[in-house]
Amino acid sequence: MSTIRTLGSIVINSIERLGRASMFLYEVLTGSWELLRRFYLVVQQVYAVGVLTLLIILVSGLFVGMVLGLQGYNTLVKFGSANSLGLLVALSLVRELGPVVTALLFAGRAGSALTAEIGLMKATEQLAGMEMMAVNPITRVIAPRFLGGVIAMPLLAALFSAIGVLGGHLVGVGLLGVDSGAFWSQMQNGVDYRDDILNGVIKSLVFGVVVSWIAVFEGYDAVPTSEGVSSATNRTVVYSSLAVLGLDFLLTALTLGDV
Amino acid sequence: MINRKSLEVWVGLFVAAGIFALGMLAFKVGNLTTADVIDGYRIRANFDNVGGLKVKAAVTMAGVRIGRVTGIGFDNKKYQAVVTMDIDGKFKIIPNDSSASILTSGLLGDQYIGLEPGGAEEYLKDGDVMRTTQSALVLEKLVGQVIFSKTNEPGPAK
Repeated sequence: MSTIRTLGSIVINSIERLGRASMFLYEVLTGSWELLRRFYLVVQQVYAVGVLTLLIILVSGLFVGMVLGLQGYNTLVKFGSANSLGLLVALSLVRELGPVVTALLFAGRAGSALTAEIGLMKATEQLAGMEMMAVNPITRVIAPRFLGGVIAMPLLAALFSAIGVLGGHLVGVGLLGVDSGAFWSQMQNGVDYRDDILNGVIKSLVFGVVVSWIAVFEGYDAVPTSEGVSSATNRTVVYSSLAVLGLDFLLTALTLGDV
Repeated sequence: MINRKSLEVWVGLFVAAGIFALGMLAFKVGNLTTADVIDGYRIRANFDNVGGLKVKAAVTMAGVRIGRVTGIGFDNKKYQAVVTMDIDGKFKIIPNDSSASILTSGLLGDQYIGLEPGGAEEYLKDGDVMRTTQSALVLEKLVGQVIFSKTNEPGPAK
């Protein structure tokens, strides 16, 4: 009996949380319009979540591209088609690895920081203090962070893919001796700007919305104690990673289904 | 806390770099420069068999890309494949008795359409149908023919 009761309470709690999260997202989106007049708040957050995440994104992108170059070459050379290395590197980066790895790194680096910051603001009653002064904390604190994440993610993913392609070129052409002209021309023949590149940008935009949403909601909804903030940070990373991977499958199935 | 001026510089640099990377992906990695046929005209050709030809395949003349395949349909009366292609507006003087054949780049590469110029004085224009076509080579049929002709040969005298 008690197990059934536990199950019921888990289901009710998660539905309640989902409802709170959806209403929270609605409030954030309506609060975002007022930010057009105070855009500097968003710029500050683009710096915090975008510029400060840049280094880890660039380094990971370079190494992922270089590893793709090495691994891809070893497989392709068996079939005598090492010239397609550029196509392999570019397609895997632009379609999958760019948006997904960027979103995972973003969740770990920027998402957790957002949750901890907002959670701590709540624990030290800064958010309640703002409400006392008739300042809406959602417009002043949450919405700029959410928008900053949404703006930064596609740019970070594009930088990841671009530096990854350069990394693949570095290894493929510089180290393994693939012809540079073939590397680029095969890539340009095979990568379509609408089916592949635009698709990747849409993916990273969706991931940006989802990861920023989870991060700010977990912070805002955290139990205002030190354990509460710590477990909220933990949940942000776990939920965003799962959401990104699940949504990635969904988006790929939707866009690849009709090709 | 970082001051306002350098923060704005950093964010500006970040956004510019991101947009530059998107541009690089679109133009250098992707095919934004070559994908769209600008100011082109559309012609059709009937083939007995298109093999593995796909939409967006290249249309070439003397090996130079002059257009792309925009659609592959089926003619219910003639039981033939109807291939529509867009030819770039820069190439308006293709004789209307030119022939189209489906070729393969390399042994296992993609299939594309190659145009061979004819000798007519009139040029292809929008909506024209090419009359002379040559179907794709289907490997299985070729192998079958080779085996058939070998077995029918009179064997060496015993």
